[in-house]
Amino acid sequence: MRLDEHPILTFQRGKEVSFTHDGKEMRGFEGEPIAVALHAAGVKVLSHSLVKHRPRGFFCAIGNCSSCLMTVNEMPNVRTCTEPLVEGMRVETQEGRGSLLGKD
Amino acid sequence: MEKTEILIIGGGPAGLEAAIHAAGLGAEVTLIERDPFLGGQLTKQTHMFFGSYEQFAGVRGVDIAEKLKKEIEENPKIKVLLNAAVAGIYPDGVVTVSQKNKFLKFKPNRIIVATGAYEKMLPFPNNDLPGICGAGGVQTLMNLYGVLPGQEIVMVGAGNIGLIVSYQLLQAGAKIKAILEASPNIGGYLVHAAKIRRMGVPILTSHSVKEAYGKDFVEGVVVHQLDEKWAPVPGTEERMSCDVLCLAVGLSPLSEILWQAGCEMKWIPELGGHVAVRDEDLLTTVSGLYIAGDVAGVEEASAAMVEGKLAGMAAAESLGYSVEGLLEKKDSARSELAELRAGHSGDKIRGGIDRVERLTRGKVTC
Ligand SMILES: Cc1cc2nc3c(=O)[nH]c(=O)nc-3n(C[C@H](O)[C@H](O)[C@H](O)COP(=O)(O)OP(=O)(O)OC[C@H]3O[C@@H](n4cnc5c(N)ncnc54)[C@H](O)[C@@H]3O)c2cc1C
Ligand code: FES
Repeated sequence: MRLDEHPILTFQRGKEVSFTHDGKEMRGFEGEPIAVALHAAGVKVLSHSLVKHRPRGFFCAIGNCSSCLMTVNEMPNVRTCTEPLVEGMRVETQEGRGSLLGKD
Repeated sequence: MEKTEILIIGGGPAGLEAAIHAAGLGAEVTLIERDPFLGGQLTKQTHMFFGSYEQFAGVRGVDIAEKLKKEIEENPKIKVLLNAAVAGIYPDGVVTVSQKNKFLKFKPNRIIVATGAYEKMLPFPNNDLPGICGAGGVQTLMNLYGVLPGQEIVMVGAGNIGLIVSYQLLQAGAKIKAILEASPNIGGYLVHAAKIRRMGVPILTSHSVKEAYGKDFVEGVVVHQLDEKWAPVPGTEERMSCDVLCLAVGLSPLSEILWQAGCEMKWIPELGGHVAVRDEDLLTTVSGLYIAGDVAGVEEASAAMVEGKLAGMAAAESLGYSVEGLLEKKDSARSELAELRAGHSGDKIRGGIDRVERLTRGKVTC
């Protein structure tokens, strides 16, 4: 849920942009981390674990823990908790380790 | 290969102070920060600061960050690289940095590592479900980007961080179901605890998480009571629904780079985990490599800033730079640290530091 009013803070958001998550059209604000835009849109599961395929969400949100790795514009293993959102990004739930050739 | 006199890794309060003071002596500094902004953990601290640092107690962390940032931007001796993560320090003294799609190599004369800390996890079944996250993670979403991580929150840990983040969540409109604390006492300041209790949030001491449940994300936790030896009391299990389980159970130094550089490391639980052996100038056992802030031992922003100041001056001094009264300035930073660590609450930190600090000037014993 987005906070529009806060007793102490004001949030300076970038311009509204659209991107896709697993092919589905979504909206978020330019420059905010991808995982933040997804969370605000209600998406909590960002990836699955390698062996048991258990769902994974963000944990640290500062780029330390690798819990939020996704495929962005065909590039696997992007830390979405720190990677800024850009208009037209294709964000996908990553299965497995990911490969630079597009397939495992 | 890029050249710089002093390379500082990490733009939190420790790295910022280190840059300001090293440049203050005349050294030429490059500051590397992996985030798109400077300030580190301070950028999320919307509360009036605790801590005894006379200049800063009662000021909001975000405002301290702004002040330091301004000083850095106005100083022509400091070059800042944002969105840049240090990937490694090599035996020949080369530091590699990845910035977006660029890969840079630096050969600095001195290095100050101020990478901060990471949040600790708790072992319990299903602790990997989405919705279970660190207190710092919650703060990032809520205070930096204005997104509430959930509506019904269970907090684990009644230390200062657990209490403050609970308060910030309440302020932002979330409901806190309970704050669980394994020890029989509340660890954080009682003023914070009292404020939260008055807002109707139960603080359950001698309680912890037995397990979490939920299919694709956390839907609730099973809470149980602990006895005085922290062993679960059978029959006390209780289910509590929530959509976020927030862990505020401490931090550990983010020290991978120090291991890689070959610093002698010691396990000091009082400082949060493995920390580098250092001297009274915060110089590690690797020549020319200094540390400052949470990576040198998890404390508070105030201590991180003073350590940054000290390491910055010492690194510049070792390159031959000086100012009038430098010795006194360094000594006064050391006494500021001693003051911050004084009293009963600093016992643990002092004990920890005594075990990793190698005094080159000799300890005064009488
Ligand atoms: C919820 C919460 C509340 C707090 N409240 C208070 C308070 O009221 N009073 C108080 O005194 N303290 C408080 N603290 C503690 C304080 O924030 C920390 O002690 C302080 O920020 C530590 O400073 P630092 O510079 O060592 O690390 P950090 O602030 O963590 O900064 C480290 C920086 O290094 C960067 N970095 C890490 N690795 C790399 C790399 N490889 N390459 C490039 N950059 C890197 C990080 O992105 C980060 O910006 C609080 C902490 C938390 C989590
Ligand atoms: S959530 Fe930890 S790296 Fe992204």
